[in-house]
Amino acid sequence: MSAILPPAATNWWKESIGKQELIFIVLALVWSLFMFFFMIYWHINGRQNLSNEKYKTTAAMFSAKAEQMVKQYQVRTETETQIPVVKPPVGSDVYLIARMWNWWPILELEAGKPYKLHISSMDLLHGFSLQPVNINIEVVPGYEHVIKLTPEKAGIYSLVCNEFCGIGHHTMLGRIYVK
Amino acid sequence: MMTTTYRTCPRTGLQFDTQAESLMRFNAVAAVLSMVMGGLTAVLVALTRWPAIKLLPADQFYQVLTLHGVNMLLFWIIFFEIAVLYFCSSTLLRCRLATPRIAWLGFALMVIGAITTNVAIFQGGSTVMFTAYVPMMAQPHFYLGLILFAVGALLGCFIFLGTLVVAKNERTYEGSIPLVTFGALTACIIAIFTIASGAIILIPTFLWSVGYIKEIDAQMYRLVFWAMGHSSQQINVAAHVSVWYAVAAIAFGAKPLSEKVSRSAFLLYILFLQLASAHHLLADPGVSSEWKVLNTSYFMYFAVLASMIHGFTVPGAIEAAQREKGYTHGLFEWLRKAPWGNPVFSGTFISLVGFGFLGGISGVVLGAEQLNLLMHNTYYVPGHFHATVVIGTTLAFMALTYFLIPALFKRELILPGVAKFQPYIFGLSMYVMTLVMMGAGTLGVSRRHWDMAFAGAPFQYEWPGAAYLMMGIAGLAGVVAVVGGVLWVLLVVGSLLFGKKLEEGEFSARPTILRMPVASSLSAHGGAVSHHVPGTMVLGSVLLVAFVLYYFVNWKYLSEVWPMA
Repeated sequence: MSAILPPAATNWWKESIGKQELIFIVLALVWSLFMFFFMIYWHINGRQNLSNEKYKTTAAMFSAKAEQMVKQYQVRTETETQIPVVKPPVGSDVYLIARMWNWWPILELEAGKPYKLHISSMDLLHGFSLQPVNINIEVVPGYEHVIKLTPEKAGIYSLVCNEFCGIGHHTMLGRIYVK
Repeated sequence: MMTTTYRTCPRTGLQFDTQAESLMRFNAVAAVLSMVMGGLTAVLVALTRWPAIKLLPADQFYQVLTLHGVNMLLFWIIFFEIAVLYFCSSTLLRCRLATPRIAWLGFALMVIGAITTNVAIFQGGSTVMFTAYVPMMAQPHFYLGLILFAVGALLGCFIFLGTLVVAKNERTYEGSIPLVTFGALTACIIAIFTIASGAIILIPTFLWSVGYIKEIDAQMYRLVFWAMGHSSQQINVAAHVSVWYAVAAIAFGAKPLSEKVSRSAFLLYILFLQLASAHHLLADPGVSSEWKVLNTSYFMYFAVLASMIHGFTVPGAIEAAQREKGYTHGLFEWLRKAPWGNPVFSGTFISLVGFGFLGGISGVVLGAEQLNLLMHNTYYVPGHFHATVVIGTTLAFMALTYFLIPALFKRELILPGVAKFQPYIFGLSMYVMTLVMMGAGTLGVSRRHWDMAFAGAPFQYEWPGAAYLMMGIAGLAGVVAVVGGVLWVLLVVGSLLFGKKLEEGEFSARPTILRMPVASSLSAHGGAVSHHVPGTMVLGSVLLVAFVLYYFVNWKYLSEVWPMA
């Protein structure tokens, strides 16, 4: 007569379901389906969807593209380690390297303008965590992820690494300027 | 074949195969020891992430965090689950355990594996976290230990299935297996899928660590690893839901509202729960949106539906049983008059409510494809899974242990006055901890991160003051929870060593078969269970409303971040 004993009736699958139980199941089912279709709806009408554009790459291939961009659009350097600050044209392909333990280079973007941000890792997994906007994306070595991004508001933004990448993980802080 | 005897427990009427009984005891003790390791490291993690204290240096912090994850998520839970599997097969079906020698071999492999992996982490060359993402490499014996542990656990799963066959062949029960055994079967099937996935990824990773394989694709690793890593947490869900049903039956004599509904919900778990590997890949480049949407939702949220059903039917069964006893006043007399001083019940109820409201809702929000962008790899993630794995699984297992000490270990519980409060101390501090962890995660604070102040970084970033406050509260609540965990370990170990020995009960050479008054048709079933559960209906509605509101709050939040289309 209880859940730790065999069911009392051998044909338990014919028992009727209580009304309240049934109402709850129907409500839960409707909500489940709603949530499923809401993700699809957001792909059609939402403005925040992670891009599906990606390519297999290697550390050498990707860093060559990033260095090419830096050479072309560098405007100055910052910090003691002379990290280049790059101001790429609006709408262009912007390359961002993640590696132990820095983001390279520093980007300077225009508010309200779209960019195609290419991200990849040179070594381990890293986590692209843009703060305080709070957009979080996994950075996987061997993959070049192309993300369309429109920085909305001017300000100084930080890139935190939020995937564990070794002892210097907490020092891996990058910068994006939006003007 | 090993000969065995059967003991009938005078307190519970349960019949234990003595071979199965020792195996359950050894697995439970190994689980408690893993919990001790997990708990010691938990307090170090809590005190290091508490910004005002920041106890450990970075290298030790990550090492201790690796120990904490592996011992809690794998060893504590799976040792306990093997004991639960043996209980749900051999004990509930009143039959001998299939091939006890192989069961001991499985146990030995699990112990050797757990020790090997722990040694590897202690040696310092395997600070790779529970996830051990390639290409970050651990020592070969880190992987080897996990593989041995998994093989041992797999043997345990097969013994469970074998025992079901034994019971069926030897006709030790009539009709269908009990609901709780059905739930354990669900856990077992998911476990086999999980362990197979683990083997598929850990064996090549082991070969890579010793140099036989040149490279493992980092994205592929994440995909297959999480078929193990997340599915192993789904074993927990199936197991602790079974424990909820078992406790409702033990503490109240509660009968499932509907066998059909509860079993169908378990079937939905078998069909869909394993898809959750996707939950970890929503912010990854390597898989497409179509794949993400279909998998992250367990194919249209059918496994979430199953959990909501269990969340309704377990308290519903308790309410129906209580109303039958005469607690029929108003909506909630059945709940007010429940045995709140009995830790078996209170622990289970705190587990149930916390799992639904904190773990369940946050899991679906975190697992919505686009919403994940707000929380991926933030402190929200451990906040969520402490609500599922600690409040849901660990607390349910703790509650069950209070029942097992007299029934299985034949000892009287020491310090019953302390035991009365333990589930409240542990459970409620965990409620607070998971809430503020999720709060800090919503503000972006990273998981697995030693320093919120970024000491030594080329730039500065200042987290909001609220994030620091919540990280501090999380640290404090974490320490209180560890105190609750220590109390539990002391109560269990103290009772095993010093508790009054209880009468063992009769031994017999053959199992005594429980002849149930099995009705052949529904008409003969007369005393059908009452389906009148208005209190549970109210609780269920509150859950749904909270769910809907919190879901849309997060979409509003997402709509305000930079456009990415």
